[in-house]
Amino acid sequence: MSAEFYFGVEVFLNGLMAGVMYSLVALGFVLIFKASGIFNYAQGVMALFAALTLVGFQNGQIPFAHLINAIFGTELHHFGWHMPAFLAIVCTLLVMIAFAYIVEFLILKHLVNQEPIILFMATIGLAYFMEGFGDLMWGSDIKKLDVGIPQGGNFWLEENTAFLGGDNFYGFYLDNLDIVAAILAVFLVSGLVAFSQYTKTGRALRAVADDHQAALSVGISLRTIWVIVWSIAGFVALIAGIMWGTKSGVQFSLSLIALKALPVLMLGGFTSIPGAIIGGLLIGVGEKMFEFLIGAPYLGGATENWFAYMLALLFLVFRPQGLFGEKIIERV
Amino acid sequence: MLYRESGDFKTSYAKDQQTFPIAFDRAGYFATLAFAVLVVPFLINDYWANAVILPFLIYAIAAIGLNILTGFCGQVSLGSGGFMAVGAYAAYKLMTSFPDMSMIFVILLSGGVTALVGILFGLPSLRIKGFYLAVATLAAQFFLVWLFNKVPWFYNYSATGMINAPERSVFGQAITGAEASPVTSYLFCLGFAFILAWVARNLTRGVNGRKWMAIRDMDIAAEIIGVNPLKTKLTAFAISSFYVGVAGALLFTVYLGSVEVGEAFGVGKSFLILFMIIIGGLGSIFGSFAGAAFMVLLPVLLKNIMVGQFGWATDLAAHFEFIIVGGLIIVFLILEPHGIAQLWRITKEKLRLWPFPH
Repeated sequence: MSAEFYFGVEVFLNGLMAGVMYSLVALGFVLIFKASGIFNYAQGVMALFAALTLVGFQNGQIPFAHLINAIFGTELHHFGWHMPAFLAIVCTLLVMIAFAYIVEFLILKHLVNQEPIILFMATIGLAYFMEGFGDLMWGSDIKKLDVGIPQGGNFWLEENTAFLGGDNFYGFYLDNLDIVAAILAVFLVSGLVAFSQYTKTGRALRAVADDHQAALSVGISLRTIWVIVWSIAGFVALIAGIMWGTKSGVQFSLSLIALKALPVLMLGGFTSIPGAIIGGLLIGVGEKMFEFLIGAPYLGGATENWFAYMLALLFLVFRPQGLFGEKIIERV
Repeated sequence: MLYRESGDFKTSYAKDQQTFPIAFDRAGYFATLAFAVLVVPFLINDYWANAVILPFLIYAIAAIGLNILTGFCGQVSLGSGGFMAVGAYAAYKLMTSFPDMSMIFVILLSGGVTALVGILFGLPSLRIKGFYLAVATLAAQFFLVWLFNKVPWFYNYSATGMINAPERSVFGQAITGAEASPVTSYLFCLGFAFILAWVARNLTRGVNGRKWMAIRDMDIAAEIIGVNPLKTKLTAFAISSFYVGVAGALLFTVYLGSVEVGEAFGVGKSFLILFMIIIGGLGSIFGSFAGAAFMVLLPVLLKNIMVGQFGWATDLAAHFEFIIVGGLIIVFLILEPHGIAQLWRITKEKLRLWPFPH
């Protein structure tokens, strides 16, 4: 086997890992879409906001310090403590739950029974709001996020695969962070599936997903369910935020991962949790392989920006509901 | 009392079918037009032209374009930024390849090129609907921006990768480049905005507009009563892209002068134009203007208040801008999903009775 082939395999593996990262974001979309039929564009910004809050708690930043300083002319910036990672994560989770409640109370409640596209646009508005709000609360500078997840190449794997190739092959390079993300994703998905299959709340969630009115008529409170779903989505956003934040720093561009997750959803189907995972893996592998085989040598590189969309677009033309989505039935 | 339709008798079919059947509306329309042509050119200066009026006119054209597609035909598009980039790069290529071509033709041809691209990206709309389509149009956005970044032919192999508008004039008056005066640029843009708005208004009143609205309200039912969805959706995509392309070309040639594609025509621009039509009013030409004015004026106003009055840092003001824009979108969707245009309609209803309440 030539070294070229092993490079290909390495790109493939890295694509799988990137795919897991996309899936983490896509999961949050699927959860909310299943339970309330809302396509939540703000999911990426939620991840950013969660990561910002986490860093803020860890470093003991004072919220709205810039604003307070600008109004009162004070010089506040830090409380002067350092919170342990675990405690900070719990606190952030509480903030995300509060956020879910506020969103339900201020927005969703008023938009019941509106068309999906109106709700979609409302979440775009929410995304803008959150973006400004998060920056205002914690400042817009690039922050480093460290909750103790190992980073850098995995030497064990590298050393034990080096024998495969020739002289200029040094073993497969995989980032530890990606491996952790993959393991986390497995736990997250099995946890979510178990939750929706075996708990009473989970059953209520599925009932709401199937039919709002029927669920209401058997005594399920839609509003409670929405708060729960948005909280879970907030939790998923937090995990995605931690992973992406550790990988590339907590900054504005983190919110753009939502745009990366959209083609994943289109490919996997909006209503399927396994679809989000498999779609993510397909997109991750697809765009890395395309870049490696065609993009970089022939097209000038950076094809990753649009390849996923084109793939999803072509795919949708033949199967509009995605791989695992429910069949779309339209009636006049 | 002020706004009334009584006593305004129509004696011919032509009068009954005119665009503004109510005398008050007609008077307001002509007054606005007269103000724009006769008064504004004498008041305009560099600051007003560049900060408010030129972007307002240009974005209004783009908003009308997107409104045709989204407000009238119901196909949500997040690719307007990419289509504006097509217009801008088409204008650049035409200006540099044919230096003698009149700017008016350059702009119109750029719109035409964009219309072709729009048809291409509109094809999937036959299979994909609703927000699936919205996401699919993002493919156009990212692909087009990448294309203009990566293929040197589009920016004439310049070292920076940016495109600069060469100096051109219309009727002996400089339109682009450093020589252009605010008055001529303003009149140039105003001409386009007026004619395109006039055309759009009449298109949406006619058979095409009704087909679009039928598709928007329920595409399957429309198909059953004999509206061809292929033709209807593609005409909407073509005409909408034409408008957006013209706006992109104007933005590049007259307003910005030099453009870096990712910065000027990124996905943020697509959202900006979408916000304009949501806030202004979906399915309304007046709403496109109102939304464009709102979204152009708001940042200027906020900046003046927060930076100028309170002396805050600009980044703080920028954060507030995000919060206010996002909040307003939500508030509008909850309280008045039909935007400023609907508010204006309600105001007119109130004006019929005012000042006598009964």
